[in-house]
Amino acid sequence: MSTTAVARRTALYESHKNLGGKIVDFHGWELPVQYESIMKEHEATRHRCGLFDVSHMGQVFATGPGALAFLQRLNANDISRIGPGKAIYSHLPNEKGGVVDDVIVSCLGKDRYLIVVNAATADKDFAWFQKHAKGFEVKLENRSDHFGMIAVQGPKAAEIASMIAPAMAALPRFGALELELYGQPSFITRTGYTGEDGCEFIVPNEIVVRVWEDLLAQGRSLGAVPCGLGARDVLRLEAGYLLYGQDLDDSLSTYEANYGWVVKLDKGDFIGKPALVKQKTEGIKRKLTGIKLLERGVPRAGAPVIIDGKEAGKLCSATFSPSLQAGIGTGYLDRPDLAPGTKCGVTLHGREIPAEIVKTPFYISPNLKKGA
Amino acid sequence: MLDPKKLKYMKSHEWLDLQGDAGTVGISDHAQKEITDVVFVEPPKVGRKVKQGEACCVVESVKAAFDIYAPVSGEITAVNAEVVKDPSLVNAEAFGKGWLFKLKASAPDEAAKLMTETAYGEFLKSEAAHGSH
Repeated sequence: MSTTAVARRTALYESHKNLGGKIVDFHGWELPVQYESIMKEHEATRHRCGLFDVSHMGQVFATGPGALAFLQRLNANDISRIGPGKAIYSHLPNEKGGVVDDVIVSCLGKDRYLIVVNAATADKDFAWFQKHAKGFEVKLENRSDHFGMIAVQGPKAAEIASMIAPAMAALPRFGALELELYGQPSFITRTGYTGEDGCEFIVPNEIVVRVWEDLLAQGRSLGAVPCGLGARDVLRLEAGYLLYGQDLDDSLSTYEANYGWVVKLDKGDFIGKPALVKQKTEGIKRKLTGIKLLERGVPRAGAPVIIDGKEAGKLCSATFSPSLQAGIGTGYLDRPDLAPGTKCGVTLHGREIPAEIVKTPFYISPNLKKGA
Repeated sequence: MLDPKKLKYMKSHEWLDLQGDAGTVGISDHAQKEITDVVFVEPPKVGRKVKQGEACCVVESVKAAFDIYAPVSGEITAVNAEVVKDPSLVNAEAFGKGWLFKLKASAPDEAAKLMTETAYGEFLKSEAAHGSH
């Protein structure tokens, strides 16, 4: 790894070691890539419940009478649409329409917001926030070092989470709850990164181990297992979620990422709006597009996608999808007009494997369809 | 299942079972654990001639692709169709049903360059001590 800084550990590091987690460096954090098996952890999350340590993610609080106006200025999504107790997925565009980060903003109460940011971008984001806070009556606090975070995901997640936080049972999808857990001010949002129902506990580091152990103890009988970053990456790609730094960055726009629904041009002015309006009017030249292999094989990030004999782009995320039993991937292709079903090829080990363009998400959980 | 003690090993974690000039090749239990869940095996073509140390087969997990090298020179005589159908056999039984291919060794003496199980065990220890990843 290129990072020279000493890797950071979450409060759950010892728990991961004790559970047999295989620790890797992830953007400067020592986290488990898997415990026993990525496939088993994936299967458990799709059918029962997976527990994920996502303590590396950052938490920024924005409070004060100007908090909403400030967030409206920085977000592509319309933060005024969420009232207290609700959360929303959003992008932070830069002036050129590229994306500083993708975030989840929760409204905790009037003039009080929590922004969950990516691990690798937490410091960049906070600097970006501070730079643009001038003129707004907003107080910004980066509490990333104070909080740990545990994602509980899968059809049994709500049942398991409710055992230690009963209020969670009534929390709607994208609901945000402020509560005390073990006497500590904490938060739960009904959000996740797996394409399953579930929630994320945001709790002070002092009690992370306790929450983790209790969730695991309560969840075991319902088939819950601890899951690593490997399963998380497969689950999120199947569900069509973006991984910042891999699928999205400062030079790629929300429209190009095929996440246009996040951009609310009718909400008033915000950073990057003119660039995004221009893109929307003139059209984009590349688009993040899903592909599925039609023969056995495992596509990898960096693999060229061939259409009509020409390279149309490279995959930025790719894996074997256990849910589809096929190789899947996404890449920015210079043919934004491709219809699902269009035949293409993916070059793997020097050989072109037949593939086709597919809609994302690759996998929609039947558990979510039921309206969980 | 083959007796791991009777096999020969490469530093790249392939094992070889050699009976006369008839060789069977797979990857070690240590390797299957490192590779994690195998989801795809691309075997060599039957009839292909390979040299000792030549990459001739690909084993892929969710995480990454791994080249498998021929432990000795020879001609590929068979590939494991079961493992192509169900790659998880490599994880379930690395020394048995998870074998990858068979070859007819053109120079069986080359096997002398490979490690015994004891030597391979020592090699794994030294590798672990160096914290290889």
